[in-house]
Amino acid sequence: AMESGPGARIREGDCAVLKRDEVFKAVSVLRRRKIIFEKQWFYLDNAIGHIYGTTFEVTSGGNLQPKQGVEETTTETKEAGTDNRNIVDDGKSQKLTHDDIKALKDKGIKGQEIVQQLIENSTTFRDKTEFAQDKYIKKKKKKYEAVITIVKPSTRILSTMYYAREPGKINHLRYDTLAQMLTLGNIHAGNKMIVMETCSGLVLGAVMERMGGYGSIIQMYPGGGPVRAATSCFGFPKAFFDNLHEFPLSKVQSLLSGTLTTETLPADSEDNALVEEESNGLAEEKQPSLQETEEEPTTETAMEINPTEEQDTMDIIAEDGEFKENKEKENKENVREKQMKQWERRKKLLEAAALLREKNADGLIVASKFHPTPLLLSLLEFVAPSRPFVVYCQYKEPLLECYTKLRERGGVINLKLSETWLRNYQVLPDRSHPKLTMSGGGGYLLSGITVVLDKGKPDCSNSEALKMEEPSSKRCKLQDLPC
Amino acid sequence: MSFVEYGDTIKDGDTAIVFLGHESMFPVKVQHGTVTQTKYGVIRHSTDLIGKKYGSKVTCSKGGWVFILHPTPELWTMNLPHRTQILYSTDISIITMMLELKPGSIVCESGTGSGSLSHALIRTVAPTGHLYTVEFHQQRAEKAREEFREHRVEHLVTVTNQDVCKNGFGVSNIADAVFLDIPSPWEAIGHAKSALKAEGGRICSFSPCIEQVQRTCLAMEEYGFTEINTLEILLRVYNVRTISLQIPDLGKAAEDNSSTGFDSSSPSHQGSPCTNLQQGTVQFKSGVPLREVVGHTGYLTFATKS
Repeated sequence: AMESGPGARIREGDCAVLKRDEVFKAVSVLRRRKIIFEKQWFYLDNAIGHIYGTTFEVTSGGNLQPKQGVEETTTETKEAGTDNRNIVDDGKSQKLTHDDIKALKDKGIKGQEIVQQLIENSTTFRDKTEFAQDKYIKKKKKKYEAVITIVKPSTRILSTMYYAREPGKINHLRYDTLAQMLTLGNIHAGNKMIVMETCSGLVLGAVMERMGGYGSIIQMYPGGGPVRAATSCFGFPKAFFDNLHEFPLSKVQSLLSGTLTTETLPADSEDNALVEEESNGLAEEKQPSLQETEEEPTTETAMEINPTEEQDTMDIIAEDGEFKENKEKENKENVREKQMKQWERRKKLLEAAALLREKNADGLIVASKFHPTPLLLSLLEFVAPSRPFVVYCQYKEPLLECYTKLRERGGVINLKLSETWLRNYQVLPDRSHPKLTMSGGGGYLLSGITVVLDKGKPDCSNSEALKMEEPSSKRCKLQDLPC
Repeated sequence: MSFVEYGDTIKDGDTAIVFLGHESMFPVKVQHGTVTQTKYGVIRHSTDLIGKKYGSKVTCSKGGWVFILHPTPELWTMNLPHRTQILYSTDISIITMMLELKPGSIVCESGTGSGSLSHALIRTVAPTGHLYTVEFHQQRAEKAREEFREHRVEHLVTVTNQDVCKNGFGVSNIADAVFLDIPSPWEAIGHAKSALKAEGGRICSFSPCIEQVQRTCLAMEEYGFTEINTLEILLRVYNVRTISLQIPDLGKAAEDNSSTGFDSSSPSHQGSPCTNLQQGTVQFKSGVPLREVVGHTGYLTFATKS
């Protein structure tokens, strides 16, 4: 049941998200653990017990203190100029030196007071227009009044955070594209979903959030095991994981052809897989990017990441208690334990296989670094008729091919290849306009609906498929050939 | 079937979607003894629909065929009878995510309009959440109630016929989220605030005009909302086409028989391998944008109640 009381409280062990303006960072709430965020060092101890959404200030001792009220720096009508024709930017208008400011900071002077000092010691401040003064104050506040809000993780928060901080880990899936997937896929409580993603578990988490613990999910995974680093940050109750299954991609062909065996499991050195899963949450995940290896250029955006900041999005300590170290001395117990684990894995594999074999899933979501076509063509077999499916790809071209192959396969209608265009706005009196930078692209989606597949008789000849699916292009017949 | 729960077979009383082909579909109320006319012929509900699996192909009397689809809020949005301008799935998607809606959420909405967003919200908050939707037009309110009943979701929604700017949503301190799509949303911000739970509730206002947005943002600030953020989202659809472009005839050099430059048979030729030397064309697949697309629906402003 959802907590509908006076807001959830920050508890030790939670995954919380630190927020400052448009910058987010996910952290594990642990006592006596130093956190670095936005050029500041502090401990989270004092935050424990407060309601999520509370804003804190960092004291000189590195502790958090709830911010008292909302103070407005002097709003009385100040002296202001009309334009900047006489303002020369020679870098000398601020009379306080770096050392002066540092001295103020060391004295423990509050950020608000430092901003006030800067204003008073600026020779050009009173010549600026009101708007320019506003902008100046905002900029100084941002630098010297360090307030941090601790927010509860959600799809909205985490997808925005990942896109800004580590888009490479989520195949550059922009948060609005993810939003489209969840809706186009009709993700809701009670579904039986098939999810295939290599987005650190963000997409899985988003699907789980929209299912609220009802229904079931079968996560298909490449390699030894699914990566769920982001999923653990959502803070779902344990019960949500009861109906989360996983199945290895490497067994899909055998499952489809009815020759599935449990003899060679992808991660019989499961310790490896599990350790890999944990270390992915710890350190930077080295996702072998076959597409591009260049660094993301750091640009001045509303969600700027300071280049000197540490790269980790997550500061999560490995959970204790679940993974014991193998000691040579306890060989016998180790062997027995290993056997138990193997038996567990086989049991789970067969459970997942049985669920898939029913071929009645309510939907399919794919968002991975792999070429989408083989995934779609195989995984659609497990989906019931009249159910939506959505495939994400960072690039358009693979989806063009996927579209064509799906047409050839038949059994799908309403295919649509799309992307969303997103723009953020600054809304201020007399100063409303789109923001200066925007994302160049958020990936592409191919969506459709399954229908009963006519096996045996040709489902549609190409021309029939054209009648059903393609608009009759009356013009441009010379150039366009419908696929 | 219901709009919040999948069913496998078509039953009497269901709302089903008849799919005829490329973006051509319409909803139908399944009823024993009824017939539905389509351009491919007649569909007899008793024999052709009831008892059939959703997703089946149904042959109509003239020989052509259609598919019968299970309803979803998205299909409903594309096919519902418009009483007002509606919100489409692109906006609905980002609204749902930014308001952090999920099963169990309590959400308030005004105006109900044609119920496009309403159906999507109900689907998302089911089975334990609730939608309180306010519509000041009496007939529209009644029509919405009727549709929710037909679609078997009436237990998840309360339709109130009143003016949200004067009388609010009819609930206090319980909503996880509030959505406004009305001409003067700034007049309802106060009511939105009181409907929202004490901490952390989310609000969204949808307005076509920037002037409305400016007033609304100001009101949100005055009422102590934080994290105020305005955005717009547009859908770009691509048609998948195989394109054939002719290779221009650049003639031949005086003595030399080899063609210069664009040698479509050379392995280094970039792009598609589908060249056709006889016809002098090059084929490739392309995602072609539509000729005319939606350029604007409205600005979406989100904020958090602190």
